[in-house]
This record gives sequence, C-alpha cells and structure tokens, in this order.
Amino acid sequence: MSSKRKNGKGREIFALGAEAVVEGALLAGCSYYGGYPITPSSEIMEGMAARLPLTESGVFMQMEDEIASLGSVIGASLAGRKAMTATSGPGFSLMQELIGYACMAEVPLVLVNVMRGGPSTGLPTSPAQGDVQQARWGTHGDHSIIVLSASDVQECLHMTVRAFNFAERYRVPVILLLDEVTAHTREKIVIPTPGTLEVIERLQPSMPPEWYKPFEETVRGVPPMPPVGSGYRFHVTGLTHDDKGFPTGKPDEIVQAIERQFRKIDQFFFDIQITDDYHCDDVETLVVAYGSVARSAQLAVTQARQEGIRAGLLKLSTLFPFPRAALERHLRTCHTVIVPEMNMGQMSREVKRVNNGRAKVVTINRVDGSIITPSQIHDKLRKG
Amino acid sequence: MAEVTQLIHHYLRHDKKFPHVFCPGCGHGIVLGSLIRSVHALSIAKDDVALVAGIGCSGRMAVYVDFNTVHAVHGRALTIATGIKMARPGMHVIVVMGDGDALSIGGNHFIHAARRNIGLTVLVLNNFIYGMTGGQCSSTTPTESWTTTSPYGALEKPFDIVNMATAAGANFVARGTVFHVKTLDRLVQQALTRRGFNVVEILTPCHTQFGRKNAFKTPVDMYMWLKKNAVPLESYEKLSPETAAKRIPIGIFAERDELPLEDRHAEMRRKLAGGKA
Repeated sequence: MSSKRKNGKGREIFALGAEAVVEGALLAGCSYYGGYPITPSSEIMEGMAARLPLTESGVFMQMEDEIASLGSVIGASLAGRKAMTATSGPGFSLMQELIGYACMAEVPLVLVNVMRGGPSTGLPTSPAQGDVQQARWGTHGDHSIIVLSASDVQECLHMTVRAFNFAERYRVPVILLLDEVTAHTREKIVIPTPGTLEVIERLQPSMPPEWYKPFEETVRGVPPMPPVGSGYRFHVTGLTHDDKGFPTGKPDEIVQAIERQFRKIDQFFFDIQITDDYHCDDVETLVVAYGSVARSAQLAVTQARQEGIRAGLLKLSTLFPFPRAALERHLRTCHTVIVPEMNMGQMSREVKRVNNGRAKVVTINRVDGSIITPSQIHDKLRKG
Repeated sequence: MAEVTQLIHHYLRHDKKFPHVFCPGCGHGIVLGSLIRSVHALSIAKDDVALVAGIGCSGRMAVYVDFNTVHAVHGRALTIATGIKMARPGMHVIVVMGDGDALSIGGNHFIHAARRNIGLTVLVLNNFIYGMTGGQCSSTTPTESWTTTSPYGALEKPFDIVNMATAAGANFVARGTVFHVKTLDRLVQQALTRRGFNVVEILTPCHTQFGRKNAFKTPVDMYMWLKKNAVPLESYEKLSPETAAKRIPIGIFAERDELPLEDRHAEMRRKLAGGKA
C-alpha cells in the first residue's frame, strides 16, 4: 500500500474494504483480535495479524474455531481491552450463543460479519445480504443489540470506529455487517490522523470497590465497567442476574435487568441511528438500501432524477435498532418505496412494518450470488 | 477452627446469598477448599486471580468465591480464560470445569489450549457424569455404568483426561482426588506456581446422579472407593497388570518447562520493537 500525506488531515491509501476495517479498528483503539479464517472475511484477520503486534499492547490470536474466537474476545474485553473478531455466515452462526452471553453480561465488543450466500456453507465468496435478521435475532431470548453496515471502503473505516464507540458507550456487542462487494472493493481512502476522530472509552467506576455494583441501574442505563484485575472484583454470568451480578430467579429482578438492557439502547435512538438522504427533498419514489446495494441505488436515483423522476435514496448505515424515524419522515410524501437487497426480503420486512400500508412497498430480491445493478433499480424507478 | 472461619470470611462472598447448590456428599466443596487454601498458602492477592468456570455444578463455584469471577457458557470457559490471560498475562487465571465441559462440549478448546501451552491453571472436576442436567452419560463415564442416557450400561470408552492433556502438550498434568486432600492441596499449589498450561484432574464423587445408581449406597461408599482405588503413581507402577487395570493412578504425570504462549508473545513483541524480526 503506497500512501501520501493529504493536507495534514490524514493519509491516502488504496485499500480493500477489509483493510479499511483494520485501519478503523486500530484508530478506535482495538488491542485484541481473536478470529478464525473464513472467506470473505479473512483479509480482516490477516491485516490484524500483521498490524496488532506492532502496536503498543496489541494481541492477535488465531483460535481453533469461531466459538473460541468470540469467547476469547469476551475474555479480553472483560480484561479491559477493546476487542474484535470478524467472520462470515457459517462462523457467524456458530457465534450466536456467545453473542447472547455478551448481551446478557453486557460485554462491549465488535463483530464484523462479511456476509456470503447461504444458508449453510452457501456461496463462499459471492455477495449476499442474508444475515440481516440473524444479526438482529440470531441468539435466543429477547435482547437489544446494535447492527451497522457500510457501503464503501471509506465508510468501512468510519463505521468500524463507530462500532467500537457504540460498543464501549453502551456496553453491548456491536455487529458490523458488510457484504462481499464492500469488503473486496479496492478504493482510495483517507486514513484520518490519529486523534482527529472521536474515540469513546468505556465508563469506569469512581466509587470504592466495595460500593460498586456491576449491573446497577444508572441514569443512562449503562453501568461503569472496570477491567478484571483492577481491584473491582465482581461476578460475570450469562444467567439472569441481579445488580451485583449474582444469579437470580426473582421476577422483579429479572424484569429490571432485561428492561434496563433494552432501555439503554432505546433511549439513545437519536445517537445510534445513522442514515443518509440523497435527493429526498420532494421524494415520491424512495429507495431504501444498505451495503453495496446503496451504491447501485445512488446511481440509479441520480439517473432517474435526470429523467425528471422524483426519486430519492435513504441509505441505512444503522440496520438495528431500525431507523424508524428516518423512514417515517419520507412516508409523508412517498407513494412508492423500493427495497432492493441481496436476500429474499429481510429488511423490507422492517420497512413494511413501519410503512404500515401507507405507501406501496416494492422489493427487488436477488440471491444468485450477483450484485444488484443500478439498471435493475433504475427499471423499477421508471415503473414507479 | 477460628483460622478456618477467617479463611472463609476472607475468600467467600459475604453478599452472595448462601446456601450453595452442592448436594450432601458432593466433592466440589472440598475442591473449593483446596483452591482457597492453595491461593492463601501462596499469598496470591485476590485481585490477581481470575476464576473462569464452565456450566453445571462446578460452574457455580465461581459465584461463591471473592475473586474476579466469570461463569461462562457450556464448554467455553477455556476460550474466555484465553482472552483474559492474553490481555493480562500477569494474572493467575484459573479455570474450573466439569468433565462434560472440559472433554465433551469443550474438548476441542481443551486440546488446543494445551497445545498452545497458554498459562492457565485448569481444574477438571471429574465425577463421570452430567450432574446438573440430570445424570446423563459424559465422555468420562466408565464403560457399562448406568446413566439416564445409558440405561442398559454405557457402551463407549471413556477419555483419560491425563493422557489427553499430556499428549496435547500441557506443561503440567496431575490427577488427584477429593479423598486425598493433602495431596490435592499440593497438586493445586504446584499447578498455580508453574508456568504454562497446568491441568489437575480431580476425581470427585457425584452421589446423587452417579453413585446411588451405580451400586454405591451412600456417599461414604464413594469416598471409600476413591480411597481404595486411587493409588499414588509410584505404587501403581509396581502393581501387577491385573490389579493395575482396576486402579487409578494419582500424582504428577507430566512436568515440562516449555515456554508458555504469553511469553512467546512477549518475546515476539520485544523482537519487533527492536527491529530484529
């Protein structure tokens, strides 16, 4: 990778989406990576293997499987590290139980899933977006979680930083969903100078250790989290627990714990929900897209505008919690909403739920291992 | 007695709602006692200990003791412990697992952690059965034993934890029992002081799920069985093959001094920082 300085704001490199994730992770302060190779995510792992040992305290571990990878990431996070793993469809499925553990024990971590076709081993290195609902609901039980996506290489970097920031701020696992096109596209990007991006650290307790309760109710709903070995000894479990972390079967304590875990995300919707509007001022036909499909959609919308069609694009960078308000805003003027995605309709379910019968919802679905092209979306825009 | 009480107050969590979950006759409490005595004897600070446990009866041990404690999911205790150890190599990371955790669902993690020789102290509480889930067959259940999933006698051959750990590359491998407490304390202390991956298999009776359904009328019978059948390694080697087949050797089976993973990692970092790599 050749690089040059650009106006002191950073340096330009020519990078893969996967490499941009590595750059973002390092900028965010990631110092632990545990993973298992699987296409199309392996370049993230290889990048971390090369880069982490060169940082001040970075640890890279190639584990024996995906379950072990996420387990080690949870351990490292409990020990105070910003920790990450990356995987793809089948590996993501294996990780689900520990994702639930991380939700329940409120362990911050970042999990990048570069989606491939499925189910099962599916289409190993072909583009797909089939893991969207798995990212939201893959683990068992009711839980809150944050799911992000990125549609170009530069965004891969920035969304990785945001993923770490959300994970640390809200004490939750954050899933960054990429598709194969985004992860394997090579583009020129700017790597910001370290220190110029906002980087959030998890809240540390200020009270003496004997007063500390690891799962205490707080105004933000997010209790402070000291690292293992710092003098704050507490119990971490996947069992439903009281505010001290000990297993409980008391209905009031169970409800309090689960409600707080939901509330800590719900009350900060405005912070978490990241979307972009393109040509949406007077939009009549709205395209809702994410990942590489959003780039096809952007070109299709631009072309449609030139033809006088009042088309617009709502690009979702946050997939969950679903950015309801951003969509609602456009439903006042839209007669049609088009949802193109590389699956059988996983996000259009959310769109239809929010739309609730107001506009006509048209889906474009593709599961043959090929991308959705601008012309495919353009055709639908013409038909309205 | 006062001394014991003081130890209990120092190491057990006063704010945890007791009583504990262990059944009368269970050996897990003896293991917990041994662990606490060993940590105390070695003057290891509570803050420097991270105890990671699996699921099941032995997994509950982490709740009661006042260290940094993690109650993992089934079979994955070693993976979480690996993350903690690599993030904080200076800490004593202790892993407590049952036989199901260590050798069945977590068998893959067990052999790989041993292969890596990562600096963990691993106590495998082997009671030959899945206790908390209702007495099903585990990968250490002796052939022909009765369990709820082998109602006509277990057909499969059990794992030998000691052989498995030794073959996979652990630095220190030992076996003890909850009957031979003094020996157990010595083994746990050694495991805590040595570098690398240290395994102590501890034979501990589960009377509720195993003993009473396999011709041990009372918990005491199981302890007497341990007394009779667990033989120190030195004596075991002198037994006739017929007698040896019926006995279980206890003691230290492997003592190596290979560099642990975290030290190899530190060495690589030093080389990289010095520009030599």
